[in-house]
Amino acid sequence: MSTHNFEEFSEFDRALVAALQEGLPLVSEPYAQIASQLGVSEELVLERVASMKENGAIRRIAAVPNHRALGMRANGMSVWNIVDEDVERIGQIMGALDFVSHCYQRPRWMPTWPYNVFAMVHGKTREECLTLVKEIEALVGSSCKGHNVLFSTKTLKKTGLRLRRRGESPRVSSDPLSQSSSGSVSTSTSA
Amino acid sequence: MSTDIAHLNETARVHLDDLDRKLINRLQDGLPVVSKPYAAVAEELGIEEDVLLKRLEWLLETRILTRFGPMFDIAQMGGAFCLCAMAVPEERYDEVTEQVNSLSEVAHNYARDHELNMWFVLATETPEEIETCGKRIEELTGIPVRLFPKEREFFIEFKVPA
Repeated sequence: MSTHNFEEFSEFDRALVAALQEGLPLVSEPYAQIASQLGVSEELVLERVASMKENGAIRRIAAVPNHRALGMRANGMSVWNIVDEDVERIGQIMGALDFVSHCYQRPRWMPTWPYNVFAMVHGKTREECLTLVKEIEALVGSSCKGHNVLFSTKTLKKTGLRLRRRGESPRVSSDPLSQSSSGSVSTSTSA
Repeated sequence: MSTDIAHLNETARVHLDDLDRKLINRLQDGLPVVSKPYAAVAEELGIEEDVLLKRLEWLLETRILTRFGPMFDIAQMGGAFCLCAMAVPEERYDEVTEQVNSLSEVAHNYARDHELNMWFVLATETPEEIETCGKRIEELTGIPVRLFPKEREFFIEFKVPA
């Protein structure tokens, strides 16, 4: 899978990404609608979207559910101090669990933060999350030198990346929740 | 909590029937890139295209779905993500939330119950901008920003069963 630079991204691709930022239009022929907005053919739009899907710039064209609305009210960020040489093996085990949405190795910040593996655990309640974390604990055994669970108590912001226009310098937006004139790209939450 | 973030913490009080659940589950899998993608999925589920479109519109209106469309992977376009954390004094929490959220590069921000009590994700067009953004937040708030870039990803496709 090749990594594409924004520089290699044509102006048309940027316009296309901006047009799709709010989502796919809810009409029978959504790509035809986008095409007419951009003044190009539907074939071109389909071809570019397919190509972005091919090279990984688009992960998939899908629904993003609101976890809370679907009863998954609790999410615990479980964090683990895993012996370095076991990280690969343990990470694979954690990532394969169906209640873990993301699993990453990240740097430690000693002495206050000894945890190097992060696994997001989702459940209906905190208690359920804690039970699931106990399951992980049993799986990791002696490879783990300590763990913790951080529950989210409030969502403070949830948007996507804001694409700036070319040449525009980074700036602080006065109203982060409003739509800026430049595009915003909603992304998956994997960071 | 300011009113403009209130909707992020609400739970929809609506009833989902079997078709809604089927749709939510199916639509998390993704649509084919074809001229009539909704018709293709509707046929798969044995329903009419306009029924699917009306339901999908309702699921978005009630915010049971937060979004429908392409999920862009900014890293594949040369951009970058980074998880960051700060230890914010309780009495400054609202003020610092506003300062952090004012940066358009802050994509998500969550309060968590730990000494490091504010966790946010920076999303930028280039990897270099991550550090610049972290520094800008430190200048704005006077609080150190801890960067937690991912060193390795153990990825799985996670779906919320409806």
